[in-house]
Amino acid sequence: MFASFLVNTWIVATIVAAAAGVVGFFVVLRGNSFAAHALPLGTFPGAAAASLLGINPLFGLLTFSGLGVIGISQLGKAGRPEIATALSLVVLLGLGALFLSMSNEYSQATYALLFGEVLGVSSLEIVPVAVVSAVSLALTALLFRPLLLNAVSPELAEARSVPAGRTDILFLGILALTTSAAVPVVGVLLVFSLTIGPPSAARALTNRPVRAMLLSACLSLLTVWASIALALRLGWPVGFFVGGLGALAYGLGRIRMECVRSRRCRARSG
Amino acid sequence: MTRVSLLLSALFEPGWNSSEPVLTAVVIGGGAAVVSGVVGVLTVMRGQSFAGHALADVSSAGGAAAFLLGLNPLLGFLLMGVIAAAGMESFAAHRIRERDLATGVVLGAGLGLSALLLYLDVTSKSTTGAAITVMFGSMFAMPPSVVPLALAVGGSALLAIALLYRPLLLSSLDPALARVRGVPVRLIGLCHLLVVAFAVALSAVTVGAILSTALLIGPAAAALRIAGRPGGAMLLAAVIGVAATWGGILIAYDSYDWTGGHGWPVSFCIVTIIFLAYLAAGCPARGKVRAAARPGKAGVQAAGRG
Amino acid sequence: MRGESEVLAVQRLSVSLSGRRILDEVDFALHGGEFCGLIGANGSGKTTLLRTILGFVTPTSGRVVIDGGHRLAQIGYVPQKIVLDPAIPMRTRDLVGLGLDGHRLGLPLARRARRRLVDAMLEAVGATSFAEQRVGELSGGEQQRALIAHALIRRPRLLLLDEPLANLDIKSIATTVSLLRRLALEYRMTVLLSTHDMNPLLPAMDRIVYLANGRAATGRTEDVVRGEVLSRLFGEHVDVIRVHGRILVIAAGAGNGASADLERHPDHVVQVP
Repeated sequence: MFASFLVNTWIVATIVAAAAGVVGFFVVLRGNSFAAHALPLGTFPGAAAASLLGINPLFGLLTFSGLGVIGISQLGKAGRPEIATALSLVVLLGLGALFLSMSNEYSQATYALLFGEVLGVSSLEIVPVAVVSAVSLALTALLFRPLLLNAVSPELAEARSVPAGRTDILFLGILALTTSAAVPVVGVLLVFSLTIGPPSAARALTNRPVRAMLLSACLSLLTVWASIALALRLGWPVGFFVGGLGALAYGLGRIRMECVRSRRCRARSG
Repeated sequence: MTRVSLLLSALFEPGWNSSEPVLTAVVIGGGAAVVSGVVGVLTVMRGQSFAGHALADVSSAGGAAAFLLGLNPLLGFLLMGVIAAAGMESFAAHRIRERDLATGVVLGAGLGLSALLLYLDVTSKSTTGAAITVMFGSMFAMPPSVVPLALAVGGSALLAIALLYRPLLLSSLDPALARVRGVPVRLIGLCHLLVVAFAVALSAVTVGAILSTALLIGPAAAALRIAGRPGGAMLLAAVIGVAATWGGILIAYDSYDWTGGHGWPVSFCIVTIIFLAYLAAGCPARGKVRAAARPGKAGVQAAGRG
Repeated sequence: MRGESEVLAVQRLSVSLSGRRILDEVDFALHGGEFCGLIGANGSGKTTLLRTILGFVTPTSGRVVIDGGHRLAQIGYVPQKIVLDPAIPMRTRDLVGLGLDGHRLGLPLARRARRRLVDAMLEAVGATSFAEQRVGELSGGEQQRALIAHALIRRPRLLLLDEPLANLDIKSIATTVSLLRRLALEYRMTVLLSTHDMNPLLPAMDRIVYLANGRAATGRTEDVVRGEVLSRLFGEHVDVIRVHGRILVIAAGAGNGASADLERHPDHVVQVP
C-alpha cells in the first residue's frame, strides 16, 4: 500500500483533496454544484485539442476551463445560470467530440479523464498540480470574507463595496483553476465528488465559517485516503469509493442539520 | 468500435437515404429530439437543468451494467435513471442551492458506480470503447430490437407530460398555490423527475449523454425565449430539436466531402446548431425587454408569438 | 435638529429603468440625527430611490450628495426581504463582524479589538443572547436585529432600511421602531426607512418622504400628511383623518377607475367607492 511507486499517488491525492475541500466549501455555500461538475468535464476537449496540436495538455485544459468560465458568466447575463452552465458544457463537449474524431486512439484516455488513473502518477505530473492548487488555495484564503458575505447575500456584499458580478466570475475562475489542473491526474469524477461531498458534511458540524472550511479540507483528505486504501485493497476504481463516501458524507450532514433544527424548534416552542 | 468509425462506415455509402444506419439515426434521433424538447420545457421552467444532465450521466451507469449482464441497454439506462431520480427527490429541498447539491451528490455516486461497472466491463469483457459509448452514445449502433421499447418509453413520457401538464405547471409557478388547490406537490415533482429520467435515458442510449443534455435543455431554453405560453414553447422546442438533429446529421454527412475524408461528428454538428438557435432566439428577446417593462403588454405580445 | 449639517441631499433626482420613469424630480435633504420615513405603495419607487442613494442605480438626471468622503463608507444598508440560508455555517457574531470588514482580503483573525467592537454592537441591538447561534436559524425579528447590527458596526452617518417592518409581528414592529429611534439618537445617525404603512412610524418619525406616481412630497410629517398635499400628489381628492393616534387617508373613488388604482396606494389608504 505504501510501495515506492504509490508515493506519488498519495502525494497528488492529498494535494487535490486539500484544494477541493477548501474551494468546495464555497461551492456548497454559493450553490455552484453544477459549475463544479461542468467546468472540469468541459476541460476534456482541451486535453484532446492539446494532444492534436502536440502541446502540453495543461495549456489545453486551462484554456478550455477559461472558455467554460467565460461561457457560463456571459450566457448567464441573459439567462438563468443553470441554463448557461448546461449550454456551455454541451458546446465544449461537442468540441470534444470533434477533436476526438480527429485523433483516433483516445478511448483509454477518455476513461482516464472521466474516472482518473490515480494509481499511475509520475513525479513530473505532480508539479503543475501542486503549483495550481497552491495558487487557488491562496486566492480562496485571500477572498474569504468577500466570498462569504456574497454567499450570505449578494446585496449585503454590494453595500460593502463587493461587486456581485465580479465576485461570481472570480470564484468560477478559482474553481476552474483548481479542477482543471487536477483532472488529467485524478479525473473529473474524483475532483467533483471531493468538491461537494466533504464540504456539505462540514457545514453541518460547526457554526464557525473558518473552522467549517478547515474541517471541509480535513474530511476531504480522509475521504480520499480511505478511498485509495479501499481501492488498493479490493482492486476497484478509486472513483467509486470517492463518489460513495461523498454521498455518505452529504447524507449524514443533512441528517445532522435537520436534527439540530428540529431540536431548536422544539426548544423554542417548549 | 467507436461511434465515429461506425459513422464513417455508414457514410462511405453514397446517397444518404439508402443507408440504413443513417435512416435509423434519423428516425431515432428525431424521436429523441421530440420527447426531449417537450419534457425539456418544464425541466427548464422548473430550474432543473442540472438534474436533467445528471440523470443522463447517471443512467449511463445502467448502460454499463446492462453491458456486463448482457441485458437490453435501454433497460439498464431506464432502471438506473429511475433509481437516480428517486434518490434526488428523496434528498429534495425547496432551496435551489440545496437541490443542486443533492443532484450533484447523486451524480457523484452514480458516476462512481459507472466507473466501477465500466472497470468490470473492461476486466471481464476486455473492451475499451465503453467509456466513449457512455459519453458520446452510439446513434448509429442501435440494434433494431431496441426500437419497440424505445417507442414505448418515448410514448409513455409524452403521455405522462400530457396527463401531468396542468398540476405540473401550477406547482412550477407557485407551489403554495398548487398546494391550496389540492395538488400533491412532492408527488408531482417526483413524477416529473421520473419522466425526465425516461426522456433522458431514451436519448442517452440512442444519441449519448452529451446530446441528451443538449436536446433536453437547448431547444427548450431557446423556445422559452420566443414563446410566451408553455404549450407553444413545447411545440417550438420539439421543432427546434428535430430540425437541429436532422440538420446535424445532414451536415455531418455532407462534411465528409469538404473535410477531406474524416468528416465532423454528428454530436458536434447538432450541438452547434442548437447553440446557434439559442443565441438567435435571444436576439429578438433583447429588443423585447424594453417592451416588457410595461406590465401586462409583454405577456400578450409574447403569447401572440407562441 | 435644525442646526445639524446636511447628511444626505437628493437633488431633483429622476430615474428611468428600461424606459419607464420610476422617479421624477425627487428632491429632499436629511440632516444629522433625523428619522425619516419613506412612504409609498408597492412599486412606487421606494427601493429604486434607496438603491440610487447607494449608487447601485445610475440616475438619468439630478444627483445624490452624501456628506463627506466615500459613499458606501458613510451608509449602512439593510436590504429588503433577506432570507439567510440556514445551511451556511455562520453565527450572528460572524455576520456582524463581516459588516466591519467583509470587503477586506484575507481570513478574519480573532483580534481583541474586533471582538470588542462586535460585542458592543450585539449588545446595542439586543442580540447578545443569540450571538453564538447560527444566524440562518434565527426568527425573523432576530435576523432583522443581526442585519441592523451588521449595517451599523461601521458607525455610518446614514442608515437605509428597505421595508424592515414587513413580515414582522406587531410586537416586533414596535420594538424595531423604538430600537432604531434609540440608535439614531445615540449615534447621531440619520435614518431613512421605507415602509408601505406609515402608522407604526408615527411616534418616531420626524420627517417624511411620501412617494406616489414617481413624485415625492417631503417635509415634516404634519406638513405632508394633509389633504391638499396628498391630493396634489395622488392626482385625485383624498382626505386625511386622524383617529386614535392613527392616520387614515381616505380616497373618494374616481368612478370606475378607483378599484384599479387601489393597488397603487399604501396600506393606510382607504378607498371609498
